[in-house]
Amino acid sequence: MKRLLRFLLLPLLFAPLLAWGAGGGYRLDRAPIDPNDLVSLQSGARTFVNYCMNCHGAQYMRYNRLTEIGLTEAQIRDNFIFTGDKVGDTMKVAMTAKDGKAWFGVPPPDLSVIGRSRGADWLYTYMRTFYRDPKTATGWNNAAFPNVAMPHALWTLQGERGYDPAKGEWKQLTAGSLSPVQYDALSRDLVNFLVYVGEPVAGKRKSIGIIVLFVLGILFIFAYALKKEYWKDVK
Amino acid sequence: MNRLLTAAWDWFDARMPTVGEEWRKHASEYYAPKNFNFWYYFGALSILVLVIQIVSGIFLTMHYKPDAGLAFGSVEYIMRDVPGGWLIRYIHSTGASAFFAVVYLHMFRAMLYGSYQQPRELVWIFGVLIYLTLMGEAFFGYLLPWGQMSYWGAQVIVNLFGTIPFIGPDLAIWIRGDYVVGDATLNRFFALHVIALPLALLGLIAAHILALHDVGSNNPDGIDIKKKKDANGHPLDGVPFHPYYTVKDIAGAVVFLAVFCAILFFAPEMGGYFLEYNNFIPADPLKTPEHIAPVWYFTPYYSILRAVPPLFNSQFPGVMAMGLATMILFFLPWLDRSPVRSIRYRGVYYKSALATFVVVFLVLGYLGVKPTTVWGQFGFDAFFLDTKDIATWVARLCTILYFAFFLLMPWYTAIDKCKPEPERVT
Repeated sequence: MKRLLRFLLLPLLFAPLLAWGAGGGYRLDRAPIDPNDLVSLQSGARTFVNYCMNCHGAQYMRYNRLTEIGLTEAQIRDNFIFTGDKVGDTMKVAMTAKDGKAWFGVPPPDLSVIGRSRGADWLYTYMRTFYRDPKTATGWNNAAFPNVAMPHALWTLQGERGYDPAKGEWKQLTAGSLSPVQYDALSRDLVNFLVYVGEPVAGKRKSIGIIVLFVLGILFIFAYALKKEYWKDVK
Repeated sequence: MNRLLTAAWDWFDARMPTVGEEWRKHASEYYAPKNFNFWYYFGALSILVLVIQIVSGIFLTMHYKPDAGLAFGSVEYIMRDVPGGWLIRYIHSTGASAFFAVVYLHMFRAMLYGSYQQPRELVWIFGVLIYLTLMGEAFFGYLLPWGQMSYWGAQVIVNLFGTIPFIGPDLAIWIRGDYVVGDATLNRFFALHVIALPLALLGLIAAHILALHDVGSNNPDGIDIKKKKDANGHPLDGVPFHPYYTVKDIAGAVVFLAVFCAILFFAPEMGGYFLEYNNFIPADPLKTPEHIAPVWYFTPYYSILRAVPPLFNSQFPGVMAMGLATMILFFLPWLDRSPVRSIRYRGVYYKSALATFVVVFLVLGYLGVKPTTVWGQFGFDAFFLDTKDIATWVARLCTILYFAFFLLMPWYTAIDKCKPEPERVT
């Protein structure tokens, strides 16, 4: 049995080999997000409705679910809903896919589960790597997503930047209203919010999981004792 | 209370004695070897996972919409707006992977202890049929969330049938019900997933267990426990399945559920292996993903498919190789010519062959989730290199070893130096 296990574990020796060769593309920064930081989630929600929701919706997310991140329904109604939507409606956007396609070449994707498909690190890097590029239709390009159709929606905050893909060098062309540190913090909050929207139940899921594992642990004690009791006569 | 229950049972038994007879035949008087070890949990656990999948599946069906325009949204609706829907969905998605995990371990057990050998060939054949049906079940189910991987995975698999000479293209259209994977495909896959294949699975599982109980269970020593019986005619090394193995399997099931729940509650995506990240993008027939990888349990065969070079511009040889890789399992009982069953008494040839097979299967599985460029390219050019991707050549080597394990088996098991088997189980 032990010898067998050793045989089976042999492939793990090659694991470092497997890691080699991954990567490619722009190196992603780690997003310092924290799903328990309600202030950050609320700040991300504010950025989302003020900037992203002009074009992108979160059509599977209901406004009133934002009570989970510490907002009241009145706050949501007064600060987050600019249309005639009810607080129980989903966060849809007025722009049609057809208009979006006509204006940007591709319809802006719905962001309900973007945190799950792209991942926090990619989003965090993407929001911070827009640069001026006269060769594109919008005048903007992105280091993490080359030739992206989306212009830099937060450019008044970050300012305009230049980037040389060959050398990997960044330079600030004009200053934005936020300092680079403040802009990173704003991007972090936005990504934190997008990850939350991707799976609002994630926090609850983990807390239930701890209880479930605890109960199974107790159950195992009884199940094991029962097995021992029955098997004590078998020689 | 006890008297009342006994009376109720007697009333029932007098009118339908079959139930009691079957219970005795398959549980309370079914003698199983007393030396089952760790590897013998996975049969019972696959039944547990089957029940989990059927029950969670029923609840998902109540909220899911098999419609190309609504399917993706209905899954998110289940995840967000249906009370407890996220739990049911994660149970079902984790259960799909868990099913293959326990079935692979269960099959590996059979290879360790020669459980497929005479007289259990039919048990093995039903088992392989269950495995193939399960693959179909998983494949049909994977289309239902209607994400990018669902869509393009189905596209790739259906196109495999399209490579069959002459009838291929028409066959592919017949399977899809359309010229591309679309609403018609989704609807029929839904029907096959929720009723057709589960029915087939239940029938095959019943046949698998009936065939097993007719010949009796194998054990880690691979010897026949029916040769030594006590005065009552019961095997000396056997214990009644109920209560001995029911209580033992309950303990095993609790451990399994702990692992299952740890994944379900703390890592339901399992790093993108149980729920692929790309599948959170709605299906888009106009946008092919850069890298299409099936879910982990199909990847060894996907690797074999990709490893075989095309012939006359047709991928059919690869499809054949993939099909043969699964079909060859049926012949295992007749390929193995060893006089002993268990790995404990086999010689060095079978032990090395099985170890190589495990490594090869895992490497093929790993390569199947990665692009063929994962290990870079050879730095030189040679006339025999049709591709310079190192991973493709490794997959080719592994494919040859995979088939060699089976095709050379009659030879290496016949000349293997086996150890003597004990009289009684150890």
